[in-house]
Amino acid sequence: MSKKLRAAIIGPGNIGTDLLMKMQRSEWIEPVWMVGIDPTSEGLKRAEEMGIKTTAEGVDGLLAHVIEDDIRVAFDATSAYVHAENSRKLNELGVIMVDLTPAAIGPYCVPPVNLQDHAKNLEMNVNMVTCGGQATIPMVAAVSRVQPVEYGEIVATVSSRSVGPGTRQNIDEFTRTTAGAVEKVGGAKKGKAIIIINPAEPPLIMRDTIHCLTESEPHQDAITESVHAMVAEVQKYVPGYRLVNGPVFDGNKVSVFMEVEGLGDFLPKYAGNLDIMTAAGLRTAEMFAEEAANGVITLPARD
Amino acid sequence: MDLKGKNVTLHDMSLRDGMHAKRHQISLDEMVAVATGLDEAGMPLIEVTHGDGLGGTSLNYGFPAHSDEEYLSAVIPKMKNAKVSALLLPGIGTVDHLKMAKDLGVSTIRVATHCTEADVSEQHIGMAAKMNMDTVGFLMMAHMVSAEKILEQAKLMVSYGANCIYCTDSAGYMLPEEVKEKIGLLRSELPANVEIGFHGHHNLGMGVANSVAAIEAGASRIDGSVAGLGAGAGNTPLEVFVAVLNRMGVNSGVDLYQIMDVAEDIVVPMMDHPIRLDRDALTLGYAGVYSSFLLFAKRAEAKYGIQARDILVELGRRGTVGGQEDMIEDLALTMAKERGLI
Repeated sequence: MSKKLRAAIIGPGNIGTDLLMKMQRSEWIEPVWMVGIDPTSEGLKRAEEMGIKTTAEGVDGLLAHVIEDDIRVAFDATSAYVHAENSRKLNELGVIMVDLTPAAIGPYCVPPVNLQDHAKNLEMNVNMVTCGGQATIPMVAAVSRVQPVEYGEIVATVSSRSVGPGTRQNIDEFTRTTAGAVEKVGGAKKGKAIIIINPAEPPLIMRDTIHCLTESEPHQDAITESVHAMVAEVQKYVPGYRLVNGPVFDGNKVSVFMEVEGLGDFLPKYAGNLDIMTAAGLRTAEMFAEEAANGVITLPARD
Repeated sequence: MDLKGKNVTLHDMSLRDGMHAKRHQISLDEMVAVATGLDEAGMPLIEVTHGDGLGGTSLNYGFPAHSDEEYLSAVIPKMKNAKVSALLLPGIGTVDHLKMAKDLGVSTIRVATHCTEADVSEQHIGMAAKMNMDTVGFLMMAHMVSAEKILEQAKLMVSYGANCIYCTDSAGYMLPEEVKEKIGLLRSELPANVEIGFHGHHNLGMGVANSVAAIEAGASRIDGSVAGLGAGAGNTPLEVFVAVLNRMGVNSGVDLYQIMDVAEDIVVPMMDHPIRLDRDALTLGYAGVYSSFLLFAKRAEAKYGIQARDILVELGRRGTVGGQEDMIEDLALTMAKERGLI
């Protein structure tokens, strides 16, 4: 039996298609199904051309094939409104759900910070926070693992072209979810998140600033070393994750300035914010696959 | 043009935009003193919050001396006639802040987005309108796009429920002809029951002239600040503007001598630095850069030895928008590295 986990992607939009392209290179995840709701959608056509099975009947169209095709993991790139139902139906059949929507019914997952814990516990639903969260929370955690962080604040600046209608209609969800994860995953006692949308042409590459207030005087050398180590961890799955400046120290304030360039699979390179989501989602599923192959976890039994 | 007999609603910014110039450190007593003085002078509308609006408290923009709740709770009960407004930038503040402001007695909410990104304001404008607030859509950095684009974005905000649309010259870059063109198109194309407003900055010394041009083109609300206390070279100085309106026979309902006295006796003594057109503030207007970047660029100059003017010009070249204050230190560090200073 192949060590690869077989996967379905729900939502054939930009995110789903980019994810599919990344997945085709994966040593651990094999894309099998693309699920949509519109038979005329470009995304389903693209998936079909890439040799993937498709259904336009939503998750219900996939359910009958889950066992026969041994689907073990699903990626939900639809919307928060339908995610809970999608997750319930697939979890029932023993499919691990990687949630790329802001629904956040499962625990937040930021791969270099807490993925290992989720994989070991075989969490059946993990949420990938937000693009801003994926880009910045590793840096908050890099500081908080050295010493307590009283306050963590992130500013994500993204190109206008890379922000879809879902995010625009509910931008508060971005700020709330990201701030929550800066606390829960990043380890800051209090978190704040700001998002700025910039329409410049050519589009700017995603930029992120991370400020932390440490409780006591910052251990500059240890924090600098920790930040560089964390950047290297993220670069394993997002090679364009770059430390531009910092860490800069000003009293108890530690500031880090980042840039995130995507791989340019389906989404353009400037859309590092979207790329880091698909890359983190895939990395998450791969970790489950590795842990299953190593016998650390046992996937739900199937006849 | 003869504007005699026209009515205009003035809206004071000193306790919100002025927070930028005071690094968000205005005391509660100062807020109450200025607001009370303005109320007595007949100012109909006064904005009160952190400089970056509700929820602006942050390391990125500066922690204020007091929370928005504290400022609003101190000022609103003291007002006899003036109404209090609050600014909200989606991406910084949320509908939770909006509800808080409404509960504290804020009557006008101004939802601000970059001039091309109006669609992030749907939930905030929608909720404010639903709560029967005076709901304003505030299109910032309006010099960066065409009048047609501003109109397209204004229509979105109106469709969400805004009853007033602002063309906002956040960089103080516009000249009167541009103001007339943009305000004029909004006025001719938007429904007659939607008010049009103009918010200027004085970075090219055009605050008063631009505001007059806006009224000529159909604006009925004009922002300014008593003594000009605002970001950059300040907002349109309202005591000057009231004098001009008096000369033109335009009714603002504000008493000239009383607002002169608030400016001279209360606001000027509060200033950390004279609000004037120094070379850096002038650069904002000349290069089209967001006015609240001024003090951040000056601090970066002091810390990294790169001229604030050079930083601001580069920020303009890169097309930075409101809220990108974090770019300033980042850019100064990069420039200092390139020049071998660090």
